[in-house]
Amino acid sequence: MSILKSNKAIFSFLIGALVLCFVLNICLGSVIIPFKAVISSLLGYKVEQQTWVTIVNQYRLPKAITAIIVGSGLGVSGLMMQTLFKNPLAGPFVLGITSGASLGVAIVIMGASLIGGIFTGLITSKWTIIIAASLGSFLVLLAVLLVAKKVQDTMAILIIGLMFGSISAAVVSVLSYFSPAEQLQQYFFWGLGSLGNLNWTELFILFIIYSVGIALSILSIKALNCFLLGENYAKSLGINVKQSRFIIIIATSILAGTITAFTGPIAFIGLAIPHITRQVFGSSNHKILLPAVLLFGAIIMLICDSIAQLPTSNYTLPINAITALVGSPIVIWLLLKKQKMIF
Amino acid sequence: MSYNTKMTALKTENLHIGYRSKKQNITIASNINITLQQGELVGLVGTNGIGKSTLLKTLTQVLAPLSGNVLIKEKNSSQYSSNRLARVLSLVLTEKLASKNLKVLELVALGRQPYTNWVGNLSKTDLPIINKALQLTNTVHLKHKRCFELSDGQLQNVMIARALAQDTDIMVLDEPTTHLDMYHKAYILKLLKKLSKETQKTILFSSHDINLSLQLCDKIIVMTKENVAIGTPKDLIQQGIFKTLFPKDLIIFDDLSARFRMST
Repeated sequence: MSILKSNKAIFSFLIGALVLCFVLNICLGSVIIPFKAVISSLLGYKVEQQTWVTIVNQYRLPKAITAIIVGSGLGVSGLMMQTLFKNPLAGPFVLGITSGASLGVAIVIMGASLIGGIFTGLITSKWTIIIAASLGSFLVLLAVLLVAKKVQDTMAILIIGLMFGSISAAVVSVLSYFSPAEQLQQYFFWGLGSLGNLNWTELFILFIIYSVGIALSILSIKALNCFLLGENYAKSLGINVKQSRFIIIIATSILAGTITAFTGPIAFIGLAIPHITRQVFGSSNHKILLPAVLLFGAIIMLICDSIAQLPTSNYTLPINAITALVGSPIVIWLLLKKQKMIF
Repeated sequence: MSYNTKMTALKTENLHIGYRSKKQNITIASNINITLQQGELVGLVGTNGIGKSTLLKTLTQVLAPLSGNVLIKEKNSSQYSSNRLARVLSLVLTEKLASKNLKVLELVALGRQPYTNWVGNLSKTDLPIINKALQLTNTVHLKHKRCFELSDGQLQNVMIARALAQDTDIMVLDEPTTHLDMYHKAYILKLLKKLSKETQKTILFSSHDINLSLQLCDKIIVMTKENVAIGTPKDLIQQGIFKTLFPKDLIIFDDLSARFRMST
């Protein structure tokens, strides 16, 4: 019972921290807005300056919600990949999903410039990038799923995912070699990742797909726990291994693929959040880990985004750099403190 | 007479085992006819590579038979859904745990998965069964330890507790005594003997510890290149089957003491 109690305490603390980070994230930014005004505009009350309302409701609020979706979604897909592949180094992108998305975007941005003509006009559209990234990751996913159907060995799937990733990366290199500097820079900026690009419509679509991915993850909790024993034990416990593996791969791909399509590749979060959660809770039980990863992912992403904004300055740092700068020390510190990696 | 009134737990009819490939079937052993009764402790012995694992895999539905039938509780094993099968047959395998970070209690509780709801919540009826499994295997004091903290012998005990928690009529163990010292080999086999008597489970295990198995098992299955024989240790010794098991240049079987010893 004591375990249950202490878990409850950590969960209440995490929920509190999430709310705090959420409000803090919205309060901070290049424009200084008084705390009262932020709360009033969030709740729909009158605020002295109309621009404040616009900044909070049209820019900061969607960005904060995006941060929550990205952090929790990538964290959960990383958790599932680490359990499925029995590998603490696995993350949401081991199946080549980011590389697929990058390839899609690279083809649109750099390929179009090579062909020239009517295509160049399309590049500026945000939706073109999103659709290209989705298509890219979807094609890689399809290839991985076809392989997963044929191959019995989970480790083989992991290697094949990595190979697909390498192939996509190679094609991107070839494309960039032939591309003009301007397009190269545009592709480079996409690769840095960004949370602040989504409007409410885009956010709504992202949220719907995210919910489907999370729902599939929750359905996989029992199978994930059985996979902790190994696949043969899972089978002897009545788990349909092939089907469960299929659902886990789909859920991961939906989450990681869609998030990458909308925000660009966000590194590190998917790998680090599950480790942080395991160390803090000292458990491998996915019934505890999954909700905890959702919370931790959201909190850390909100903190990273707040830092990336460099409050009160006009600069915004690339989010990809901040996630690693903030996340790595946390993981190292936890490992040093506990002296033992929990996996 | 009570022998006949007991239920047949596991039975094979003209079973041929092996591997299927596109070109041809590779037969490992053929015409296997064995019957295991309820409450029996049965050891499976044979030389390395003779097909003990293949036989166990076929009996437990991991591999499909090349031909013939496996009957589990008088019903063809292919008729069981994976969940139904998990309620009548539990396994202890040689493969390592994917996560050694699990607490012993969590690990044993996973044995209840076939009976839990979609998210795997334990009900009130599950807890006494888990505690009983821990008591029977003398692992209650290990409850809050993590698996990486256990010795090989303790871990094997806990894996048996997990299989017990699955509450099945049949338990199959693949080489449960490998990597253990002589004392713990005896300890595990003695535990299996006790469990088969106290819980009336049919327990089948493969082992290279023929000397110990002969002293404890109700029946022994001997796999040789020629055939698969089953019988009580006494009958099999009388048939002289152990004399043909290994080449005679290093070890010989002594009928009187019912054990192998160095040939001098």
